[in-house]
Amino acid sequence: MSLAYDNLPKVDEVVLEARNIAKSFGNTHALKGVNFDIHRGQVTTLFGENGAGKSTLMKILSGVITPTSGEIVLDGEAILFNSANEARAKGISIIHQELSLAPNMNVRDNIFMGREIIKGGQVDFAEEERQARELMAELEEDIDPLTPLEELRLGQQQIIEIARAISQKSRILIMDEPTSALSAAEVEVLFKVIRDLTAKNVSIVYISHHLEEALTITDHAVVLRDGTMTAYAPRKDIDLEWIVRNMVGENFDLGSPPTGYNFGGTALHVQNLVIRDTGGGDFNVVDNLSIDVKAGEIVCVYGLMGAGRSEFMECAAGRLKAQEGHILLGGEDVNKLSIAERIQAGLALVPEDRQKDGLVQTMSVGQNLSLASISEFTRKLLTSKVDEDNLVDTSIKAVTVKTSGSEAAIGSLSGGNQQKVVIGKMLATAPKVLLLDEPSRGIDIGAKAEVFKLLAERAKDGLAVVYSTSEVAECLSIAHRIIVMHKGKISAEFDHTASKEQIMAASGESVTH
Amino acid sequence: MSSTAQKQSVQGVSTPPKKIDIGRLLLEGRAFFALIAIIIFFSFMSPYYFTVNNFLIMSSHVAIFGLLALGMLLVILNGGIDLSVGSTLGLCGVFAGFLMQGVNIEFLGMTFYPSLWVVVILTCLLGAAVGTVNGVLVAHFKVPAFVATLGTMYVARGIALLMTNGLTYNQLDGKPELGNTGFEWLGFNRLAGIPISVIVLVVVAVLCGLMISRTAFGRWLYASGGNETAADLSGVPIKRVKVTVYLLSGVCAALAGLVLSSQLTSAGPTAGTTYELTAIAAVVIGGAALTGGRGTVRGTILGALVIGYLSDGLVIIGVSAYWQTVFTGTVIVLAVLLNSLQYGSSSKSR
Repeated sequence: MSLAYDNLPKVDEVVLEARNIAKSFGNTHALKGVNFDIHRGQVTTLFGENGAGKSTLMKILSGVITPTSGEIVLDGEAILFNSANEARAKGISIIHQELSLAPNMNVRDNIFMGREIIKGGQVDFAEEERQARELMAELEEDIDPLTPLEELRLGQQQIIEIARAISQKSRILIMDEPTSALSAAEVEVLFKVIRDLTAKNVSIVYISHHLEEALTITDHAVVLRDGTMTAYAPRKDIDLEWIVRNMVGENFDLGSPPTGYNFGGTALHVQNLVIRDTGGGDFNVVDNLSIDVKAGEIVCVYGLMGAGRSEFMECAAGRLKAQEGHILLGGEDVNKLSIAERIQAGLALVPEDRQKDGLVQTMSVGQNLSLASISEFTRKLLTSKVDEDNLVDTSIKAVTVKTSGSEAAIGSLSGGNQQKVVIGKMLATAPKVLLLDEPSRGIDIGAKAEVFKLLAERAKDGLAVVYSTSEVAECLSIAHRIIVMHKGKISAEFDHTASKEQIMAASGESVTH
Repeated sequence: MSSTAQKQSVQGVSTPPKKIDIGRLLLEGRAFFALIAIIIFFSFMSPYYFTVNNFLIMSSHVAIFGLLALGMLLVILNGGIDLSVGSTLGLCGVFAGFLMQGVNIEFLGMTFYPSLWVVVILTCLLGAAVGTVNGVLVAHFKVPAFVATLGTMYVARGIALLMTNGLTYNQLDGKPELGNTGFEWLGFNRLAGIPISVIVLVVVAVLCGLMISRTAFGRWLYASGGNETAADLSGVPIKRVKVTVYLLSGVCAALAGLVLSSQLTSAGPTAGTTYELTAIAAVVIGGAALTGGRGTVRGTILGALVIGYLSDGLVIIGVSAYWQTVFTGTVIVLAVLLNSLQYGSSSKSR
């Protein structure tokens, strides 16, 4: 990093190349041979929808995971990182989407975690604190380095994460969704820091869902879709429309709204729902939300991360408490019912994170499928094996799970089939309203189409379906109606003839800070 | 091991290979093979070991740990731990002894001598009460299971000591004219040549096995131990399940306390010290995962037999008590090592 370079015009020099990077997790192919360049002293932004493989690619570049095949060329030399520490030693560091900080430690200790400044066999806390103060000043944040991390807002914690990466004096800094928790002012500061860093020849890799925001800072754009790189261009050649077109791709047929029947009465009535932030923040994650869904209707809830989609669904299912408002199921207020009672009454939720909230990994495919309807095959005290097998077989056929049998381990299934098991489990309870939080998350396009087809068929039989998504192409599939959420409120409502641009605009995705 | 698991998960939908894998078989049946090995070894070492009478005596020793281990299994399946069972055993033994001595109610000026069945039922209720305290602390007040049951472990032991002032109740036989005889029946009598304590263990084991494999509660237990949020969202009453397993663990400890004080014909406040650790060891040797969701009654009983037959065998061939401790410890560590082999491979392929 010689000073002589600083005043020269930027040379379009490639500092790191990723060649044919592929990565598979079991049956899921997250990346299918991606080529990707990082230019010295410039910002390269990765665009792509959820599950396109952005985070996987960044984890590979930063040594967190190793690729199944392909190579990374750093300064013309092929290298292979076995750990994040090896990558860090080569000057590559990453700011993860999920914070990797210790909430019980203070800001100073978090910034220097794992690379404490040692003097005379002891940690030089004074020096660490001085440097931490400098970093905070640089980032224009008024945070005392001795504050415990857990006392900071999420956005401030994000700043600490950024400070830590900056303090490592990396040559390549990867930022995975750094602005998702930041205020507009904090984003401004971050962008100033990014410009300072690039001026010092640090290369930045930037990932963001805020497309226009990313366009203001980036020098190069790379678009990923379903694990492959679909487009690459320098900033001057592209615009927002180009990105969206390449992100979403040709219209893969995810189905169309089922027709040829009439909707029934109101199945789900949500009125003035208010949910407070569970993280202790002084704001409402869902603010005065009202939705009506009729029997047989399919409603898509579109919104960015943090728009309040998940909270609305979890509250309806009974996992979160509502501050105010009513949720009526077929005219009955479900407010006082437990999760089990709501399922009994016909309100079921397919949670967003199927590994964490949907499946019991220690149980078989069949046991997972029957988990929500055990009472169906319990005769007096004991469960009936015959009845359970019948129920499981029916479910496996109904949701077309590809499995070697109901006894198979749930972990042996592909992501798409695991998702079908979670959906099948809730469908087995014969719900009247089915809520699905991001049902397409992390499953491939073919499985997505199958899941949507399945939901469309159930809707024809009178099931009210509400699903959320953060991919605009999925709004325009089977949904009769699209509701766009932004910061806890409904910002727009469309029918299925809306355009992608309209929907994205309403979600706040293209709003410049 | 992990590479074969990887391969299977890549094939995914294809049927799993049908050929018998010797390594896998040995791994899954490890507690059983260990038990066979122990029996063969000690039968060679001592002519007294392989006799019906010795097996019955050893089994009646196993009954105590077996009962505790069954209760512990339920708690461990739920992803928790119950450190209080040894103390609960002691407290319940003392409580039974106290009842056998006669309850003097001062303002009536009378002394009650409850009959044996009343003693048994009241003692079991006491065990259930201690267990319920554990369960409520863990499920409703979110106290980590380790800490909550550590606390009750001390409290229960303390109460047992307070009740007797540190002394032991020796007169548990009862008197015919008071109608409370027969306490030694549990510990000494035999039914068709089989010690009653062993029969109690078998009955509890069968009930326990039926409960966890064939009832809705059992399914709830496995599900909430495997993934509590997923179970919750599927409508499983996770808190009720949690309280119930601690309650049942307390009842098992009370039964064990009754059997032990009957076998000893005395009830001491320090009975059952460190028994909770033996119970945990039996469950772990039986292949249960301390993270919850995996484990069987059959495995747990085998685990209890391994520990019981091993330590009694060492006594019979005259190995010092110090070495017994070393051997038991080694077996436990080996068991946990094999557990992580069995479950570790599947979690890696995820």
